[in-house]
Amino acid sequence: MSPLKIKKGSTSHSAYDLRPTFSDKEERHTLAVLVENEPGVLSRVIGLFAGRGYNIDSLTVAEVDHLGHRSRITIVTSGTPQIIVQIKAQLGRIVDVHEVNDLTVEGPSVERELALFKVTGTGNDRIEAIRLADIFRASVVDSTLESFVFEITGTPEKIDAFAELMRPLGLEEIARTGVAALSRGAVA
Amino acid sequence: MTKAMTGAKMVVQALIDQGVDTVFGYPGGAVLPIYDEIFQQNSIKHVLVRHEQGAVHAAEGYARSTGKPGVALVTSGPGATNAVTGLTDALMDSIPIVVLTGQVPTFMIGSDAFQECDTVGITRPCTKHNWLVKETDKLSSVLHEAFHIATSGRPGPVVIDIPKDVQFATGEYTEARQVETHYNPQVKGDMAIITELAIAMETAKRPLFYTGGGVINSGPAASQLLRELVAATGFPITSTLMGLGCYPASGENWLGMLGMHGLYEANMAMHDCDLMINIGARFDDRITGRLDAFSPGSTKAHIDIDASSINKVIKVDIPILGDVAHVLEDLLNVWKSRGRKTDKESVQKWWHEINDWRKVDCLKFEQKGKVIKPQYALSRLEELTKKHDRYICTEVGQHQMWAAQYLGFEDPNRWMTSGGLGTMGYGFPASIGVQMGHPDALVINVAGEASWLMNMQELGTAMQYNLPVKQFILNNERLGMVRQWQELLHGERYSSSWSESLPDFVKLAEAFGAKGIICSDPADLDDAIMEMLNHDGPVLFDCLVEKHENCFPMIPSGKPHNEMLLGENADTANAIQAGGAVMV
Repeated sequence: MSPLKIKKGSTSHSAYDLRPTFSDKEERHTLAVLVENEPGVLSRVIGLFAGRGYNIDSLTVAEVDHLGHRSRITIVTSGTPQIIVQIKAQLGRIVDVHEVNDLTVEGPSVERELALFKVTGTGNDRIEAIRLADIFRASVVDSTLESFVFEITGTPEKIDAFAELMRPLGLEEIARTGVAALSRGAVA
Repeated sequence: MTKAMTGAKMVVQALIDQGVDTVFGYPGGAVLPIYDEIFQQNSIKHVLVRHEQGAVHAAEGYARSTGKPGVALVTSGPGATNAVTGLTDALMDSIPIVVLTGQVPTFMIGSDAFQECDTVGITRPCTKHNWLVKETDKLSSVLHEAFHIATSGRPGPVVIDIPKDVQFATGEYTEARQVETHYNPQVKGDMAIITELAIAMETAKRPLFYTGGGVINSGPAASQLLRELVAATGFPITSTLMGLGCYPASGENWLGMLGMHGLYEANMAMHDCDLMINIGARFDDRITGRLDAFSPGSTKAHIDIDASSINKVIKVDIPILGDVAHVLEDLLNVWKSRGRKTDKESVQKWWHEINDWRKVDCLKFEQKGKVIKPQYALSRLEELTKKHDRYICTEVGQHQMWAAQYLGFEDPNRWMTSGGLGTMGYGFPASIGVQMGHPDALVINVAGEASWLMNMQELGTAMQYNLPVKQFILNNERLGMVRQWQELLHGERYSSSWSESLPDFVKLAEAFGAKGIICSDPADLDDAIMEMLNHDGPVLFDCLVEKHENCFPMIPSGKPHNEMLLGENADTANAIQAGGAVMV
């Protein structure tokens, strides 16, 4: 027996379906990882992905509970179902990880990403850019006579689509935050 | 109640509170305050090794043979980097050790100070967890939590990096019972799935227990329950290299070790079984061979404490997440309460098949002529030492596989070998750790001459503490396993695989004040072994053996279990094809 006091609600690292049906098809999954906000914890997570050769399509991290000392890491990854299960189990082994949730399979969820676009141009291109920005509900956060900076929020697909449209109109630079995601409904 | 003390004192106090009696270490600038505290107390014995890698392996040997966490203490910079191989070794083999590293003072971190390195950064991927403690007030709780994390769940190595100013500063000491942790791995298995396994056992026609290091790590109760389960069901049992001793080698259901150099009957049984019950093993590549031909017709159950081991390489049908001892206890209860049923007739037929495989006698060898066969050397060692209170360590290579094949282990925690990482140089320092934990026992390190030289400096340690470890070196003047692979795989071009300029091992022993014995004649071997056993002190036994002996049976890489190479007459010319050659 451990001489230490085990905190109530502590993780048992067991909330995984150990009997999934495996296929060879690559899937994209969004994982929400609740971690202890300690130095090095992000490095542990990234090191795991790098060391074991898993993909990171997108990664965001920020403290979400100052008093509880918790950060939330949202990772979009891709792999076969067997790899996805393995990634979740490997994340669960990290001592600083409290919870791993797979938002792709654990019920419906919402995903949003924020991006800033710098678009330069004059004449018709400039008019077209702001017209499209309006359609995409992007807002102008900076402007000069030959440039705009647009702020746009949405799913990664929406931002990809906006980037495609802006490219011929003088797209200079994009900054994206990566995906933030939450499960839908009342239950956390 | 809290007490104020310096960080250095906290380290010693926490070790005492955690029941530590032995620390393996090497001092240096960044750990001087801790060494000063060690000097002023008598509860903890410090063993001065000759290289930090030796300290970590010794701690591993201590941990594996006692079941208690091992502790090592090293300084910053090179002290920490020298510990990395041992940490990785302990991580791969799930050995609970706590390694304390000194660090430059907090205000110098990041300045490329003398003997500074990013210890937590370097050791992050080779520890179960690590900490850089920047406040003395937090040091004692980290120390206590470190022992908890190293020993619970799947055990492993942890590192605590302690800057020198934190060691000097005074802070509040926290008792272990005041420390809260969220780390609490699940030990009880799911009863529904355990019942499913019991039902599968009732109807299995060709069942097999495939056990591993998890049984040993789960504690002596797990081995006891396993023995009970094997006796009650009558099923055959095999084990990985890591699990030797969890079931007695003299037990009648024992098939011997399985895997790349495992026994014919064990590997054939793995291939042909219809119910494989994996208990605390991890389907390592040394075990599975070619994955798509691995035990094609079996239902696979897997008991493991680590969710990431389940379905990692082999898809299993009955996954049970939990500690081996807890799960086996429940499994036995369920199976008994359901009426202790097995398909006796089919299992009997299965045993007939197995007994036919046993008749192949895959470990047979012929000792003829004036040169000692390594198999003969180990058979004699086994015969002359098996009645002793005996602990065996090994280095890595052919001698390790022969030791696993020809020595018998009756109990857990008697066999210390580097399985996952395959660290040459592991065995000698490990034997020192074992002897520290068991001062009156016979501790033998079965070695190859090349492996042994990798940490030979520890002969000084063995002498200083009068540790009568027996170094049984099978000297073939070759890197035997490398040579074997070059023979099978690289057209017999023996690139750098022979040991030139070897020392005279007898003189080497004597230079340290130890006893050296050389033996080259099979007729002299028994007497020489007896001389080794009768000497009260460290012995270097230079056993000159056949230089080109290959280790068989062998499953060539890329091959399934039922395509083993057996003995000297095996067709080795085309044993490994291009697909297998890429694997190690």
